[in-house]
Amino acid sequence: MVDVITFLISGAIVLGGALGVIGFSNPVHAALSLIASFFGVAVVFVIQEAHFLALVQVVVYAGAIVVLFLFVIMLLGVDTAQDLRAEPLVGQRPLGLLFGALLLALTLGGLFLSGPGGDQGAVALSGQESVVRPIDDRSQIEQLGEDLFSRNILAFQATALLLTIATVGAVVLVNNKGGEELVIDEPGLSVE
Amino acid sequence: MELTETWYLVLSALLFSIGATGLLIRRNPLVMFMCVELMLNAVNITFVTFSNSLQDLSGQTAVFFVLVVAAAEVVVGLSIVVAVMRRNPQADADDISVLRG
Repeated sequence: MVDVITFLISGAIVLGGALGVIGFSNPVHAALSLIASFFGVAVVFVIQEAHFLALVQVVVYAGAIVVLFLFVIMLLGVDTAQDLRAEPLVGQRPLGLLFGALLLALTLGGLFLSGPGGDQGAVALSGQESVVRPIDDRSQIEQLGEDLFSRNILAFQATALLLTIATVGAVVLVNNKGGEELVIDEPGLSVE
Repeated sequence: MELTETWYLVLSALLFSIGATGLLIRRNPLVMFMCVELMLNAVNITFVTFSNSLQDLSGQTAVFFVLVVAAAEVVVGLSIVVAVMRRNPQADADDISVLRG
């Protein structure tokens, strides 16, 4: 019973934060709302006994990534509210809402209606039980580390490469001194 | 009432749909990135749910890789946004088209 109550509260925080992200016109408020949503997800992880991932969720997502967002918002000085009523593309908003509702109906339909014999989730999608490697008595971090550095070592090295490329790319993109000046020739685009 | 995996999957579906809707209706590139993060988190909830219900840690390993890719994506994406918005602080999603050659 306790876990149901915890789940309902954290789920409300997750969804409320998510709605705040797309509802607030000020990007700073949206970023703070995003932090609330990430904390809710961390609580959901704790309920499911993924304690280490909950920690990583708070440190990396709520800590690093949102702070990066806030840095960029402050750096650009775009912490001004955007008029949400202005609609540059006619029909974009109703169509977006319609698509979102369709996507929700599709995923929930897949969840509740699918599967031979009313199976749900992975069994319904693949038709077979997954290969189960039971979680044993050792600590979760130990098992995660073993999985990461043995079965997934190639993917791990690939992510190292990916992060290096991303870092170099960010430096090159932001620091274009001596490079060619970007010319904006879009009609109707004001250049400072 | 018992907490089954269906509850988590419904939460994940709702979160993913909210993120996708936000990506479609918002025009500020920064907020659009935040919506992508919401969608990635929805997927992470699904991974952890199946990891828990199948008693298999591979799902949690997958969340790690999602985390790394999300970080790399945010770094590159935000630097593109910085490069565009420095010149035009009022830029929205359409103005990213200045990136074309």
